[in-house]
Amino acid sequence: MFEHIVNGLVLGGLYALVAMGLTLQYGIARIMNLSFGDTIIAACFLTFVLFSGVALSPILALFILAPVGYVTSLVIYRVIMKPLVDRAPNDGALEVDSILVTFGLLFVIQGILLVIFGGGYTSYSYLNTPVSVFGAVVAGNRLTALVLALVIGGAMIWLLYRTRWGMTLRAVALAPDSAPLFGIDLDRATRTAFAIGGAMAATGGVVVSMFQTFTATAGVVFTMKALIVVILGGKGSVVGAIVAGLLLGLVETLVAAYIDPGLTLAAVYAVFLVILLVRPSGLFGST
Amino acid sequence: MRTPIAFGLAALVLAALAAAPFLVSDYWTGVLLGMTGYVTLATAWALFSGPTRYVSLATVAFFGIGAYTVAVLNESMAYPLVLLSAGGIGLLVALLVGLSTLRLAGVYFVIFTFGLAELVRQSVTWFEVNITQTMGRYVFLPFEGRHIYWQLLALAAVTLLISWGIGRSRIGLALKAIGDDETVAAHSGINVTRTKLLLFVISATIITLVGAIQAPRWTYIEPSIVFNPTVSFLTLIMALLGGPMRLWGPLVGAVPLFLLFEWLSVRFPDHFSIILGLLFILIVFAMPNGVLAKIEDVRRRSA
Repeated sequence: MFEHIVNGLVLGGLYALVAMGLTLQYGIARIMNLSFGDTIIAACFLTFVLFSGVALSPILALFILAPVGYVTSLVIYRVIMKPLVDRAPNDGALEVDSILVTFGLLFVIQGILLVIFGGGYTSYSYLNTPVSVFGAVVAGNRLTALVLALVIGGAMIWLLYRTRWGMTLRAVALAPDSAPLFGIDLDRATRTAFAIGGAMAATGGVVVSMFQTFTATAGVVFTMKALIVVILGGKGSVVGAIVAGLLLGLVETLVAAYIDPGLTLAAVYAVFLVILLVRPSGLFGST
Repeated sequence: MRTPIAFGLAALVLAALAAAPFLVSDYWTGVLLGMTGYVTLATAWALFSGPTRYVSLATVAFFGIGAYTVAVLNESMAYPLVLLSAGGIGLLVALLVGLSTLRLAGVYFVIFTFGLAELVRQSVTWFEVNITQTMGRYVFLPFEGRHIYWQLLALAAVTLLISWGIGRSRIGLALKAIGDDETVAAHSGINVTRTKLLLFVISATIITLVGAIQAPRWTYIEPSIVFNPTVSFLTLIMALLGGPMRLWGPLVGAVPLFLLFEWLSVRFPDHFSIILGLLFILIVFAMPNGVLAKIEDVRRRSA
């Protein structure tokens, strides 16, 4: 039982981490990014290439891939999203446009991954030694993943809530129309938020590749879970994303352990349905 | 054009299309079949998603439900009953999805439909592996390509007729109002949720029937074949290219794109989805309201 809870927390920590990235993109940049999961998968494959090609440890790969995720997302925002933001007469129109464009982007990224890596399951063995935590046996790579998720997530929260820069971003999330009145550069804040979201997706990809097998077509499921965590936590709420991520990770692991591994997605959907029916604004949502 | 003349013309074209299998080779009958399938899918998709602007990404969930129902039931009951059951199941699932999401903001609906196909696929797989212990099923129905083609053609005609009827009715007007501003629509006395639900269920049921009718084409069916996300993607891009707000828009988008995809999938089978994705992004950028609106726009400017 305890073992499952630890594994659930590992998975939950990961979900919280990637959902934080998505909630930044959606809550601040107002872009509903359906290719988010495919960014995660792309990072998984790149970590795999670095690990098996030049024997680079995933932790070091993080220092390469997170900046790569940041820059790539920044370019994507500049080239694809910015014209849509400028064109959209209101938030609703931008939402529809961004959904459509990122849906197209999803197929582009997936197609590229399929051409290069094929459709099979990929994984590599890193720190696959059992470690005992308070009597429960957990794989070393899972434990590393949990620590990484905690450290990076914690750093992100500190940045958002304890620095002036973070306050700017939160101000844009709260009131995008009034933020410029206080001298906030709206365009800069939104593109930064989108790029950080991309960096966090890349980070999530590096972390998930350490302990899970992945395929080129698995992006949809990641996007779905991250979206559910964002909604469960409340749009734009970082604290909500963390609580909801951990909850989802626990639910999934316990369902896999005690009911059936084939029903995890169904369980995730059941959670989603319950929120939609009971509390559509999420656990920590305001409206 | 006056309505009676337009109807006469449409009937003539329909008759010519129905006669086509006697004149062209089996290969081209197959192409016509696929094309008619996508025209129906795109028109049915636009029926709901066009005016309301609720982007449904679940086309293949319903398409697959239809095809898979036929695969399960085709040996145990008569064909019309099989079709009826498939349509019924699609309708029930659409009701369930609609009732739980359509009361809320559009984005919840999009997210829900985004993962729906994957959910249905995994659930069906789980059920087959654990409960019935059969993975993969066979469809033995005495149909040739042209029989399936005629059924699809009939369904396409009915779908266009429904779309035309709704466009002229009070419901059509209500839908447009909802697409423009939901709050205003609600205040003008429109039952917003019921209207959306009704249209979503009609649209999803038609999509389910397209899957059911096309099922005999495969002979062998398993979940990963009929729940292929490319179907959702193609439907969406076709409807958008033609213009989802117009009666003939999805058809205008579906015909050229289907031919293009046929050619692409033969020439570049590996790079298919990359080209498709780029094309899709381009369409969203250049023609957000579809090619028909673009043509009108250009004409108005030059006049």
